[in-house]
Amino acid sequence: MKNSDWIQVPGEPNGRWRLCGDWRLPSVTLLRQVLEAGPDRPQGLDATAIEAMDAAGAFVLLRWTQRCGLDADEIELRDEHRRLLETVRRGLEMEEPPEPPAESLWRSALGGLGRSVLALQANSARLLGFLGLVLTTLLTSMGRPRQWRVTATVHHMQQSGLAALPLVSLLSFLVGAVVAFLGATVLRDFGAELFVVDLTTYAFLREFGVLLTAILLAGRTASAFTAQIGTMKSREEIDAIRTLGQDPIVLLVLPRLLALLIMLPLLSVVATLAGLLGGLAVAVWSLGIPLELYISRVQETAKLSHYLTGLVKAPVFAMVIALVGCLEGFKVAGTAQSVGERTTSAVVQSISLVIIIDALAAVFFMEMGW
Amino acid sequence: MSDAVIRIRELKNQFADQVVHEGLDLDVRRGEILGVVGGSGTGKSVLMRAILGLRPPQGGSIEVLGESVTSRSEPLAVRRRTGVLFQDGALFSSLTVLENVEVPLKEHFPGLPGDLRRELARMRIRLVGLPSGTGSKLPSELSGGMRKRAGLARALALDPELLFLDEPTAGLDPVGAAAFDELLRTLQRALGLTVFLITHDLDTLYAICDRIAVLGQRRILVIGERSEVEAFDDDWVRDYFHGPRARAAQAAQGRGGS
Repeated sequence: MKNSDWIQVPGEPNGRWRLCGDWRLPSVTLLRQVLEAGPDRPQGLDATAIEAMDAAGAFVLLRWTQRCGLDADEIELRDEHRRLLETVRRGLEMEEPPEPPAESLWRSALGGLGRSVLALQANSARLLGFLGLVLTTLLTSMGRPRQWRVTATVHHMQQSGLAALPLVSLLSFLVGAVVAFLGATVLRDFGAELFVVDLTTYAFLREFGVLLTAILLAGRTASAFTAQIGTMKSREEIDAIRTLGQDPIVLLVLPRLLALLIMLPLLSVVATLAGLLGGLAVAVWSLGIPLELYISRVQETAKLSHYLTGLVKAPVFAMVIALVGCLEGFKVAGTAQSVGERTTSAVVQSISLVIIIDALAAVFFMEMGW
Repeated sequence: MSDAVIRIRELKNQFADQVVHEGLDLDVRRGEILGVVGGSGTGKSVLMRAILGLRPPQGGSIEVLGESVTSRSEPLAVRRRTGVLFQDGALFSSLTVLENVEVPLKEHFPGLPGDLRRELARMRIRLVGLPSGTGSKLPSELSGGMRKRAGLARALALDPELLFLDEPTAGLDPVGAAAFDELLRTLQRALGLTVFLITHDLDTLYAICDRIAVLGQRRILVIGERSEVEAFDDDWVRDYFHGPRARAAQAAQGRGGS
């Protein structure tokens, strides 16, 4: 081994090597290269000339002497460096458990698939269980007016219903206009532009009025419910409610559920009207259909049965959104990170469920001929 | 070796119209453990954040290791030579403990080979007395005391000269707190650290601090060795150092034979 900034090899073959220089973190990379460069083994080490050493330097020195079969006690060191070396050495004596062997890619992918299927099953069971719990609590608390949380219910009606009114009507109006434009583009070729009115009316009475409202509320309200309840859970407020002899379902879930059950159908009525207005605006200003004709055409097409098949879904959607939002809130465990994860999950779940239920309902109503 | 590693002159800190510090002077000497105490709201954490350059003060100057941290530029050289342990460890929750300790090494020594970096990080984890196998765990899987140790391992990753600790023993049980004190003392001696320690814990204060600084009335009321601080004539200081808890801690120290 050659002499370097850190090591001086003596002339005679069995002399002690002198270590010197800077044995600190910025130089450990080079230092290790130098130490591993040569096959020679030192007979003894005199490290008193080392100017500065930190834990990283001590670590490299220890590893090297171990490899050379040299006892660390035989190194001559300054007192302060000896203390450091001893501290590092005590730490190194602990055995690190072997790393678990890495799984092959397809095995871990398959395992992940299996785990998510099982999680889906557990999650569905939990949601159904929660549904049952909330319904029984709702029925029992019906008979006990003292448990009714009127103020909280009205508060949530305002928060998740009234406050969402501008957003819901604006977006429905725009979607109504888009549907009318789309219909006009296709129907113009057949000279049947008037059927644009039928299209928007059907679409909003049966589907879009309720569906748009539900999707908006799933994004807006389910996430809010999860964040509210999740924060309370992580601050142990839910436990505090329990220990004070109150029922968190009665206190937190029922007001939110009732508020949505009342507000979602109301909002979807507004959304339907706004959508028809959007269609009307396009029809009158862009397609040149007279206002009177549009209105009479709507009156001809709109049947109560259409509207009922749309509106009957509203309470179901309200139930889904409120239950998923609250249940995800209760699932929060511990940290703020968990609140974020649960909120995402609540939005994803409620929107997916709303659309799935809507699709199933559409097929069902079509087959029944309603 | 009594040169000041932290030198604060005429520091002023203010939130809106609420003045936290005014005309605050403080010198921290090389190689000492300085305990900083003070009632709630006296701005202990604000002082630490100002020294770290995380919060620009409204006035005055702060020098750390001979460099000003109150100037505009980010004090990168100072960052490399200091380590910080925040109250709950402040470990990055998406990384394992080992990766957490590797972060400062990666940032400041990008040329370090991966295997050496991992070995150095593993060495720190053992140095702070964490059981083997902790490196591959996520912070959320650790207890409060272990998180603090892991945070200390990350703070020590760059072999800093200066270590900041914000209430290191808060939330630990007495056994864990005593073990942490012991660990700090050992590491401080072995690594030759200067330690700036914020604490409420009288046992910690008596067990490991060389000097004690009391914050109050917007400045350092008194700084010195334990006996000097205890003799200081101020209501809060008297209540703090001569209250029932202080007497118990003193008695415990007496029995401990230190």
